[in-house]
Amino acid sequence: MSILGTRVVRNEDPELLTKGGTYTDDLIDERLDGAAHLIFVRSPVAHARILSIDTSEALKLPGVVAVYTAADVDLPIINPPMPMFNQDMTQTPLASDKVRYVGEPVAIVVCDDPYIREDAAELVEVEYDILPAVIGMPNAAKDEVLLWESVGTNTVVDFGTPDDLDPNLFDDCEVVVSHLIQNQRIHPAPMESRSGAASWPEGERLTAWIPSQGAQGAKAALAAQLGIDAAEVHVLTPDVGGAFGARFGADVEMVLTAWVAGKLHRPMRWSETRYENLLAMTHGRAQEQRVTIGGSRDGNMKKYRLEVLADCGAYPKIGGILPSLTRLMTPGTYVFDKAESIAKAVVTNTTPIGAYRGAGRPEATAAIERAVDIFAAEIGMDPADVRRKNLVPKFTEPHLTAFGALYDSGDYETALNKALEAANYEDLRKEQQLRRERGDAKQLGIGMSSYVEITGAGSESGDPNENATVEVHPDGTVTILTGTSPHGQGHATAWAMMASDTLGIGIDKITVIHGDTDLIPKGGGTGGSRSLQQGGMAVQKASIELVDIARTRAAELLEANEADLQFNIDDSGFSVAGVPSSTVTLAKLAEKERLFINAVFAAPGATFPFGAHLAVVEVDVETGKATLERIFCVDDAGVVMNPLLFDGQRHGGIAQGAAQAFLEEFIYDEDGNPLTASFADYPFLSATEVPSFDLVSMVTPTTYNPMGVKGVGEAGTIGATPAVQNAVVDAVSHLGVRHIDMPTSPRVVWEAIEAARSNSNSNGKVA
Amino acid sequence: MIPAPFDYVRATSAEHILELMAQHGDEAKLLAGGHSLLPMMKVRLASPTVLIDIASVPELSYVKVDGDDLVIGATTSHATVANSDLIQADAPLLSYAAAQIGDPQIRHRGTIGGSLAHSDPAADLPMTLVALDGTFELLGPSGTRSVKAEDFFIGYFETALEHDEIISAVRVPRRPGVGWGYEKFTRRANDWAIVGIATVAGRVAMANMGSIPARPVATEQALAGGQGIAEAAALAADGIEPAGDMHATTAYRQHLARVLTRRALETAASRNQA
Repeated sequence: MSILGTRVVRNEDPELLTKGGTYTDDLIDERLDGAAHLIFVRSPVAHARILSIDTSEALKLPGVVAVYTAADVDLPIINPPMPMFNQDMTQTPLASDKVRYVGEPVAIVVCDDPYIREDAAELVEVEYDILPAVIGMPNAAKDEVLLWESVGTNTVVDFGTPDDLDPNLFDDCEVVVSHLIQNQRIHPAPMESRSGAASWPEGERLTAWIPSQGAQGAKAALAAQLGIDAAEVHVLTPDVGGAFGARFGADVEMVLTAWVAGKLHRPMRWSETRYENLLAMTHGRAQEQRVTIGGSRDGNMKKYRLEVLADCGAYPKIGGILPSLTRLMTPGTYVFDKAESIAKAVVTNTTPIGAYRGAGRPEATAAIERAVDIFAAEIGMDPADVRRKNLVPKFTEPHLTAFGALYDSGDYETALNKALEAANYEDLRKEQQLRRERGDAKQLGIGMSSYVEITGAGSESGDPNENATVEVHPDGTVTILTGTSPHGQGHATAWAMMASDTLGIGIDKITVIHGDTDLIPKGGGTGGSRSLQQGGMAVQKASIELVDIARTRAAELLEANEADLQFNIDDSGFSVAGVPSSTVTLAKLAEKERLFINAVFAAPGATFPFGAHLAVVEVDVETGKATLERIFCVDDAGVVMNPLLFDGQRHGGIAQGAAQAFLEEFIYDEDGNPLTASFADYPFLSATEVPSFDLVSMVTPTTYNPMGVKGVGEAGTIGATPAVQNAVVDAVSHLGVRHIDMPTSPRVVWEAIEAARSNSNSNGKVA
Repeated sequence: MIPAPFDYVRATSAEHILELMAQHGDEAKLLAGGHSLLPMMKVRLASPTVLIDIASVPELSYVKVDGDDLVIGATTSHATVANSDLIQADAPLLSYAAAQIGDPQIRHRGTIGGSLAHSDPAADLPMTLVALDGTFELLGPSGTRSVKAEDFFIGYFETALEHDEIISAVRVPRRPGVGWGYEKFTRRANDWAIVGIATVAGRVAMANMGSIPARPVATEQALAGGQGIAEAAALAADGIEPAGDMHATTAYRQHLARVLTRRALETAASRNQA
């Protein structure tokens, strides 16, 4: 029986759960002996001109090795990463003339002893000329206060303009509803905050340890930002404690850690505090969306318009491109006669925006799924019925949307029906009706989402392909080198399963290595749920090709025709048909000559997993507090290769999605001061706030890889977020509430109820 | 997240604490459980130059009966208060409140005296001691004096403690069988209360409804005057103007105070066996 598809426990876990992982800050390596420790002096203000920096007091503190400011740093200017971005919005590694967000690095202090870092940093005196801060995307778009005065605008990029919108779009619609929706700024909040280490002895090349989602991409970014040849850089990836999209490339702190190591020819270590992590790791989401949907009173949705205003934070990073992915997924799982979308991305005096679990796709799903519910409420139809009426019918050949997305396979109605059935939807509606009639304090809310998303679209290195090297050793063990970069996903288990299934060697004998650019020069890293469908497939392909090489060698050794050889998976070896004593194992063959191969698996394109979530919440209408009681999740990501890893991905994503719907928000005041810069104030959900999840199985294979697998990493943040938000609104819809922005925190929900009540009292009808 | 440099001394007796305080003056801070002080030091909101560790003074950690009162030593941990048979029997509101603080690690380090002396109006114990009509024994160079809980809290992180005094013990009346109610409104299990209510024997105190534990006088008077719970609770925010923050506006806090007071009073009535 194949090991694939079975619930194999993670072979990473015994070490992680006993002695713990080896994170960058834990490294013991002779190349780091005698390392000094960096700390960054960060801007305490959102927008200001730097008048002067006095480092003299810091330099006097015993144990301080050096202090650097922008004037000392001879590194290239950092240009916006995409050619379509306004290229004049450049950044220097340390702030030079201006600071543009609270937390921006202004100076570096290098210390012998990590314990004095913060004392030394406090001694650097920076004089600021405070400027008005640009907070809020609509404010930024007004261009009244500019982050770069010389640039003349705060707009980073426009994906279409209002002129592109059809003024007659909704002319044939009986019903048109429109709403402004916030998809609030959130923080990735990985368990491990950022760190880095570097060794760069004189006359040698740089060795950098970076907790990242891809060592090869980090190497390229590091070389570019240091202005050196990539051959001069060796990047290593220790254990990584969570990334969620925010650990691609090389952050400026890591570049500067390497730069100081090279300047002083002394190993350097850098490790940030949680406070710094909250301020300076890229944030996610941060879109303001105008949704307008039109159709007929019998529930036919005809037209849809999505206008996006996206926040890039203070410097255009990957966040600037995410609204284009939101646009790409505008219609979601629905058929419209016509849908259109435009997007604008602006800079504000806040932490830069990067990718966060879903990266542009959750924002699209959140918009359309709220729009559908608002439309359903307007025409007084059950939201499940409206969805069923308008879903794209089941398809097995790729379906091209008007926005250019090529959905590979899908059956959205079955996914929705499975979620409704699992939840006993009709019974829930009856229970809801009873509670409404009784006027209970705790009202029931039922919310659903139907989603389709993009996985395996490509990588940092470009096309959707990945390589793997598989080697069988004479002692019967196997080494796999992968270009993917696990940070919690379980590749050490999954890739071992892939190889074991083909080679007939137990997973306990298989070691998976990643994140060393010397051993693995090429790789696209891990993100966008690409790893299994490209990296895992590369392991399988390499394993199959390895058996083919071995067959040729075995034929020679056993003096038989290749055609007469059969590979016996139970023995991990070949035998000659009809001559049972004539056998040779892969391990034995490896004694004569190294037995290894590198293979590249190239996918024809991205896959489009889909599903439906149904959330059941209780809302205490007296206090506004909403709690998640049940959540039923259908996540069809094709064939499942290890249900344990698959469900683990869903669990984390659902909790993160529910957290955005309920509580998470990174908040700035109008001067750009962060109000949520500690875990006492930044409220992600803990295990106490979520129920056990009801995971429903559905498998629609893709034809884009031999196993039929798609990606599942983002399913939870895409499906659960709108389902939970819709459920909260649904719980109080009988009171006249049509929409509540995320996060649906107790105060926000209570205020929505109060507003609906006073509206209904004053107008005799609801808004 | 590394505090500024400081010296550390460990006190061995209550008398020793006072000596060390006299010796180090205002630059010193008392360290008991450390769950308020150390986070503030780590983010450098507090930078004492000396920490006087009182956690290991044996004579300050106890729970005992003294006539009509329960007396609890200042360095008794929240976990001990939560699990004490004596307190559960005679002042169940106090043991319940202690069990709502933070998480298990915090409850095993944090102390009753530390939490009260810190005087955070959002915390569980200050409002609880006000509701219980507790009394604090303050030990100073000239001996011990008693201060009522409601007179002890003066403002945000401000108390009636003189600079040379410590809380040595907390005294609460024994009221077995008397109904009590406790409502802690949070976003998440171990957050601070957005609004909290503690009530027992017709007294009500509220957390995070101002700079000190607030007493809804109108509610208490209505109850004393024989009005029903719903009518009394509707007055819970009268004359009380809590500040707004990112979790709650003034109006929302006032609304919560009314709803939660009603719920706490209903629970108290249902529990009453006296």
